Formats: sequence, C-alpha cells, structure tokens
Amino acid sequence: MSDPVSLTDHPVQEASSTPPAPGRSRHLSDRWLTVAFISPALLLLLAMSVFPLLWALYLSFTDYSATRGGPATFVWFENFTAILTSAQVHLRAFTTLLYVVGAVTLQTVLGFSIAYLISRRVRGRGVLTTLFLVPMMLSPVVVGLFWRFMLDAQFGVINSMLGSIGLGQVEWLTKQNTALISLIVVDTWQWTPFIMLIALAGLTAVPKYLYEAASIDRASEWFRFRTITLPLVWPLLLIAVLFRAIEAFRLFDLVYILTSGGPGVSTETLSFHVYKVAFLGFNTGTASAYGILMVLIVIVLAQLYMRYLNKLKED
Amino acid sequence: MAVSVDEAVSPGPVRDRRPPRRRSGGRGRVVIEVAVLAVLAAVMLFPVLWMIETSIKENRDVYAIPAKFFDFTVTLDHFKDVFVASGGGPTTLSGSFLNSVIVAGVSTVLATVLGVPAAWAYSRFSVKAKKDQLFFILSTRFMPPVVVVIPIFLMYRQVGLFDTKLGLILIYTAFNVPFTIWMMKGFVDEVPAEYEDAAMLDGYTRLQAFWKFTLPLLLPGIAATAVFALIFSWNEFVFAIFLTSSDAVRTAPPAIAGLIGGTTVDWGLVAAASIVFALPVLIFSYLVRKHLVAGVTLGAVRR
Repeated sequence: MSDPVSLTDHPVQEASSTPPAPGRSRHLSDRWLTVAFISPALLLLLAMSVFPLLWALYLSFTDYSATRGGPATFVWFENFTAILTSAQVHLRAFTTLLYVVGAVTLQTVLGFSIAYLISRRVRGRGVLTTLFLVPMMLSPVVVGLFWRFMLDAQFGVINSMLGSIGLGQVEWLTKQNTALISLIVVDTWQWTPFIMLIALAGLTAVPKYLYEAASIDRASEWFRFRTITLPLVWPLLLIAVLFRAIEAFRLFDLVYILTSGGPGVSTETLSFHVYKVAFLGFNTGTASAYGILMVLIVIVLAQLYMRYLNKLKED
Repeated sequence: MAVSVDEAVSPGPVRDRRPPRRRSGGRGRVVIEVAVLAVLAAVMLFPVLWMIETSIKENRDVYAIPAKFFDFTVTLDHFKDVFVASGGGPTTLSGSFLNSVIVAGVSTVLATVLGVPAAWAYSRFSVKAKKDQLFFILSTRFMPPVVVVIPIFLMYRQVGLFDTKLGLILIYTAFNVPFTIWMMKGFVDEVPAEYEDAAMLDGYTRLQAFWKFTLPLLLPGIAATAVFALIFSWNEFVFAIFLTSSDAVRTAPPAIAGLIGGTTVDWGLVAAASIVFALPVLIFSYLVRKHLVAGVTLGAVRR
C-alpha cells in the first residue's frame, strides 16, 4: 500500500494497446461479477445452514424418530407445547441461565481488570498479553481434559494443593453443587482472555490527550476512569459480552467432556439436553422443536449483538 | 483506524507518552499492580504448565499423591505412545491427526476460495440489502452446533455423506465461509477502490483489476484469515463427533476425547496427545496475533 503510483504506472505501457471498455458493458459486467462471486458462498450457506434449519423446522411439527424410521406424522405444535411446559426443560433453562450469567459476569470483571492493569504497564505489555491469551486459543476438548484431570477428586492437582495448605478435599465434578461452579470456573479460565483482548483494544484506543486534559483539571483517578475510560470502552466491551453470552448459551463440548451433564442433571445445559433428546432418546421431532426454540433465542441475542455492532461502526 | 489492534498485542508503539499519573500512583502501587498481574498470569498459565509436566512424567509420578511439582523422572514415552502403537505401527490417534490435517486444510482452502471473492464483491459493489445479507451470513455462524447437527446428520445419512471426510469438509467450509467473508471484507475495505478504477482506466477489466492489483495486496489478510479458519476447523468438536463413527474418518478432537472413555484413563497419554494437538494452534495464533481481535470476533470487530 506504500506507493499507489507505482501500481498504476506499470500497466500504462501495455494499456495503450487495449482500448478501455465502454461504460455500459462495464456496469453490466460488474453486476455479473457480483452474482458470480457472491452466489457460490451464499448457495453453500443455503445448503448447509438454511436448508437443515428448515428441515428441522419441518421435523419439529412431526413425531419423526431417526431410529424408528418410517413416515413421520404431523403432530403440529405438540412438540413445542410439550417442551415449553416441561419441568425438565425449565430446570435446564435455569441451569443454562446460571451458567451463562455466572461465567460471562466473571469473565467480564476479570478480563476487564486484567486489561486495565496491562494497559497501565508500558514494558512487557506484549509478552503479558500473549501469555494471557493462551487459554482462549485451545480447543474446548483440550481445555475440558486439562481441567478434568486437574479437578479429579483423588489425584487432581487442585485438591492436592488444597490439601497441602490444610484444606479438605472437594469433589469438584461429582457433587451436585460444585459441578456447575467448576464448569463456570473452567469456562472463565478459557474465555477471560477474550474479554481482556477486546477490552485492551478499547483501552489502548482512548486518546491520551483526554487523560492529559483531565489531569490538568486535577481530576481524581476514579473520576477519570468513570468519565473517560469507561464510556469509551463500554461499547466495545458490550459487544464482547454479548458475543460471549451467545457462545456460552450454545456451549456443548466443555459440558460433554467435563461432566457429561452430571452428576444427575446438575450441569445439563439446554444444548446438552437437546443432544440427549436427539441422540440418546432419538426423539428427533421433539429435539428439532427444542432446537428451533434455541435458535430463536440465539437469533434474538445475535440481533442485539449486531445492533450494537452497527452502532459501534457508525460512531 | 482509531484503535490499533496491533497495539493491543505488540509491545511497541505506546512508549512515547504515558498518562501523567505519577502524582496519584507512586511506586508502591506499581509494585502491587505488577504483583497482581503476575499472580493472575500464573493462575492462567498453570493448567497449561501442569499438562506439559504431566505429559513428560512417568505414570507413577502422574498419579502421585500429593502431586509432584519438581522431583519427577522425565520421560518421552507418552509422546511416543501418541504416534507409535505398542505393536509397532502407527496408532489410530496418529491417523486421526492426519484426518484433522486433511479436513481442516481442505475446508480452509475451500472457505478461502469461496469467501474472498464474495468479500471483495460485498466491499466493492452495491448489493441489494447488503447489510441484511451480511448479517444473515454472520448469523448462520451463531447457530448452536448441537441443533444444526441434527438435520445435518439426517441429511448426511440420506446422501451417504455420514462418516466421510467430504461430509466434514463441507460442514466446516460452511462454518468458515461466514467468518472468511466478514474478516476479508475488512481487509478489502482497506484497499482503496481507486486502484481498481485506475487499472480499469488503463483498459483492464474489473476482474483483471481485482486479480492483478487488489488480490496481491490482500495476500497478508488472506493468510491471516485462512490461519483462523484453520484453527476453527482444527479445534471443532461437535460436528466431528456426531458426523463420524469410524477411526478411519475421525478427526483428532473426538479421538482425544475418546481416550477418557474407558474405566482407567492414561492421563500421561491424554496430556501428550493434547499438547501435540494444541501446539500447532498456539504457533499459528502467535503468527496472526496482530489480527486476533478481528479473528476471535469472527471479523466483526475491527476499527
């Protein structure tokens, strides 16, 4: 991008031989190019994302079962009413809510704090950031396995460390009330760096002259934080939070590896429950209805996310 | 261009002026802040270090109670076990690594080939309801995988794509195209359209202008985008476990997860396999660290 002139320079010599195309056909060819370039990607998405969802929508009105086979009969809204009135589903919804709110809140507080501390450092910032980012890039499978080993009640290193400072053993993954907390902790471990990264991008973008002006006015640090830092970083942070909320809501792999929904159903999120209904119970119709309802929630969250994204871009 | 994504990650450019906070802070506070950061960094890194340690410990040290932090015997047996079966030949795990390379590699190439031209077209031309189209594209990526996999599973069973590498490649391509388009649109937007206009004044067609002038400028962006797509496919688990059933097709994430299925778990092996699996990701993400903010938000956040 350094020198645009050199780019246009060289074709000039060859160009003299080929006359420029007339404007109208160029416009037409632009239209053609647009279609040719965009439609393959859109077709793939239609085939692999939209069509399956439409099929799921159709199945959600039937009693189809993937193992029983045979023709599906229409049951209309039976699946939906069954799900919406099921106490089991309500319990999973509550678990999911606890998990999403707990994990995202912790991540936001921790991630923003770390970002704030890092942004105040001048030296070692790059190294620190790189180190903090490691968990985020790992596969949830690897993260789940790491932690399952560390949280093992018998030979897990966490209990071993607790023991060495004189605390009792905790059954992290096998007790009803600690399992969900463990899940939240592990998710927080993995995704705090995400919030940190985005908060840091926001924090380093705050113009220095604002702080300088504030310090001329002898504003207190808290005042500066509240009136300069927070308002400027907030929009970006909100997007990070919404993004994490969507991801946490659809989380499956970590639950699968870490607790498999147990003990009992204490860590069964909606995602995990859908999987059980679909792949263990083989109630494909019910599972599809369940899935469609989840998709609706995701769409609402995604709409929110995109609205704020738009706002951010317009500013 | 107000925020420099690079600044968030690279140590360089902030050195010049710092906020004048000498009065309010003082030395003691700096020490506390550094200490807090160090503790937090240690907490964040400990699990990774512990896994590395576990992978080079002998089995009896792996299960030692209390845990051994320093005084253990170092062995590379677990890493050997990842690749070499007890009888000699390659393990099924090593086969699954190869599958992962093929599936992630091919799907990334396909997503790039489909996504980059689309991103260019979205950036350059007026398309009907462009914003809605772009948001629709991104929202397909937000769908819960467990939900999408139900109809995909039925669909694949019908057309014979279940338990094939092609099936995985297709779904991963579809999963990476939205990301590629969003990420690349940002890069294309940064290349002035005037370059192409100038080339076209010189007689090139629009397509030639794209191919000869814009595309070369996009190459670093394409490389970064492809690396992220590669990481996403490499790490993916849900589709991999539900759309495959045989060891010949299975990719590494479900294969590694399968190691803890039995009654006894060889944690040394799990640790070694996890490290072999995670190492390329860490190296690649270090290479694209300047684009991390855009990459991890699916190309949505960039300024």
